[in-house]
Amino acid sequence: MAEAAPGVRERPLSPYMIWRWHVTMAASILHRATGSALYGGMLILAGWAVALASGKGAYDTYMGLLGSIPGKVVLFGLTVCIFFHLANGVRHLTWDMGKGFEPRTANLTAVVAYAFAVVAAVAVWALAAATGAL
Amino acid sequence: MASYRTPLGRARGMGAAKQGVGHFIGQRVSAAALIFLVLWGVFSALTLARGDYDAAVAWLRHPLNATLLALTIGVGSYHMQLGMRVIVEDYIAKPLNKTLLLILNVFVAWGAGALALVSLLKVAVGGGAY
Repeated sequence: MAEAAPGVRERPLSPYMIWRWHVTMAASILHRATGSALYGGMLILAGWAVALASGKGAYDTYMGLLGSIPGKVVLFGLTVCIFFHLANGVRHLTWDMGKGFEPRTANLTAVVAYAFAVVAAVAVWALAAATGAL
Repeated sequence: MASYRTPLGRARGMGAAKQGVGHFIGQRVSAAALIFLVLWGVFSALTLARGDYDAAVAWLRHPLNATLLALTIGVGSYHMQLGMRVIVEDYIAKPLNKTLLLILNVFVAWGAGALALVSLLKVAVGGGAY
């Protein structure tokens, strides 16, 4: 019964069998990855609030930690995550309105989300450097 | 085709998921709020990074900053709890592990959110740890 009878056209493959990397599927999994990273970002923000409430010594130590080289690397990564998750989240909201599903549109908006994440993060850090926040 | 659902089942509007659209709508509404809150948050982070402890305390004592930061933390914790729930439900197959991780997710999200909120209120209302 499993064999297709002669003359019957080939059955379509399950999506699971034919998946491959593509800008849209990469954006989909990156939405979850960046969301998970921002989960950690919220814990860093909570740590900042606790340090501020604990006094000047704790606050200076915590800001020193965030301002160190590893701290800055993490914060820059989180900045990219924020802007990607933001841009891709807007994609999701437009899909929820039933718009933007055409393959060309979906591909384009995925690439725009990648570009926006990098450009916005670099712009924010350039602004930070220019205003003496680093 | 005739529906085999009971009138009560149809009235409740819930299928095998045992829940309605609360998760879906909550995720979207919090996302819409976070668009504005996060942009404000990034801008605020630049301001805070420029200043010292006293500047941060003064910043947080402004009601608008305290309110927006409280909303960012509250709405953000809610949004991330919903999102992480979906990830756990999708990738963790074993019922016990799944349940434990879902509970842990609620504990961490609400715990971190509450800790951050109480801390910022202490500074915003009390003026820091003097």
